[in-house]
Amino acid sequence: MNAIHYWRAMCGIVGRELWRFVTQRERFISALVRPLVWLFIFAAGFRAALGLAITPPYETYILYEVYITPGLMGMIQLFNGMQSSLSMVYDREMGSMRILMVCPLPRWFLLLSKLIAGVAVSVLQVYVFLIIAWFYDIKAPWEGYLYVLPALLLSGAMLGALGLLLSSFIKQLESFAGVMNFVIFPMFFMSTALYPLWKMKESSVWLHHFASVNPFSQAVELIRFSLYGRFNEYAFIYTLAAFIIFMIVAVLGYNPSKGMMMKKGGR
Amino acid sequence: MNNIKQRTASLAIERLSFSYSGKKALDSIDFAINSSECTILLGPNGAGKSTLFSLITRLYDSHDGKISLCGFDVKTQTLQALSRLGVVFQQTTLDLDLTVMQNLRYHTALHGMSRKLASQRIQEELERLQMYDRRMEKVRQLNGGHKRRVEIARALLHKPALLLLDEPTVGLDVPSRQSIVEHVHQLVSEQGLSVLWATHLIDEIYPDDQVIVLHKGQIQTKGSVDEVKQAADAQSIGDAFKYFTQGEKV
Repeated sequence: MNAIHYWRAMCGIVGRELWRFVTQRERFISALVRPLVWLFIFAAGFRAALGLAITPPYETYILYEVYITPGLMGMIQLFNGMQSSLSMVYDREMGSMRILMVCPLPRWFLLLSKLIAGVAVSVLQVYVFLIIAWFYDIKAPWEGYLYVLPALLLSGAMLGALGLLLSSFIKQLESFAGVMNFVIFPMFFMSTALYPLWKMKESSVWLHHFASVNPFSQAVELIRFSLYGRFNEYAFIYTLAAFIIFMIVAVLGYNPSKGMMMKKGGR
Repeated sequence: MNNIKQRTASLAIERLSFSYSGKKALDSIDFAINSSECTILLGPNGAGKSTLFSLITRLYDSHDGKISLCGFDVKTQTLQALSRLGVVFQQTTLDLDLTVMQNLRYHTALHGMSRKLASQRIQEELERLQMYDRRMEKVRQLNGGHKRRVEIARALLHKPALLLLDEPTVGLDVPSRQSIVEHVHQLVSEQGLSVLWATHLIDEIYPDDQVIVLHKGQIQTKGSVDEVKQAADAQSIGDAFKYFTQGEKV
């Protein structure tokens, strides 16, 4: 079990996920259609209803479409993380997960490789979305497209780790609808993806409170600031901490002697 | 003495127990498999065969008992132990949307094999199973028997010392079953591979095989085919199986 073994295994896992993604055309298209519908229809409709004051990182008044774009980038990564989680549960039910779990590599490394594969796919999706948004006249400073890459890697890792964590707790595929209702939707709607924090406070203090502690909000803010060439230290630390916690719990969840694998099996 | 047994045996299991929510699935199991030995794990549905496989492959963990693979403790030396193990699970574990080749390459990557070595091993194993010409086909296009062959080929790519087969012929037609049974026995006699084959189908047993009868989580008997027949005072291994699992003297 030397470094070359680890490297080859990681290339195998990441390569397989990327291959599956590019060959599953429906998955690629649906991953893009969702945020584009929000951008072209929802945001256009809300443009008139929502007035936005000048808040960092923006230095001028902006259209609602501009505000919502980082949130939709986060949305792509959130749904991708959940898609990875769904495919982990599916693989486990169908048995192909077993082949991964019985190979002679530590579980944490296998989960990390799965995570890297998921992040690579989500970053690819986000950049395709940004290209389409650019043609829709939503343009960030050119260097922002470069600065946003590390932010996307971290936010993708945090949301992917959340997906891994959930997959270790979900016993069967049917339970996944519950995840959609109780995790994805609340996480997305109770965040700064669609409306700024200060705006939420005007209507509901509770919503404001939830949104400010929601790690997805911090991931979106990290993306938003990076896209405009600025570094949001608080959002970075918060997202990083959330990633570490989610990943540790996910690794424990997949540990045969400690985690949920044990509860599923027995002792 | 015990240590010597563990070092030489491909698989050594000592006082292994496991429960699901308080219900015992395995109760103090003890046995060993030596190299070039084909051991048939015979038991009706629910006997504990799949649970035993999940414990050997470390999908589950047991607090009671010990499992060693080629002398490596599965719990404390997991990676060394797993590198010597090839597994064919009851359920197909191939990715249906990938080709035969892509599935096998994925496995060789997980075992850290170089591309050159992987190509060579894949060719060897697929040719042995007359599947090399079909390497570029998607697994979804293969029939059940051919999928099983690919899974056996995959389990052998990293040259394991022990091959675990969990009811690999379930749902297959008679010719496919026969061909798989023959192939695995050939591997044992020609390549010195150790095999643990879980099944409830009596006709998959060869006269030279070792047999373990597992029922309600306990080993009822173990030994060569003749020893098991003698223990039940039965004419055939089928009658002996009935005796140990249903208490019927035939």
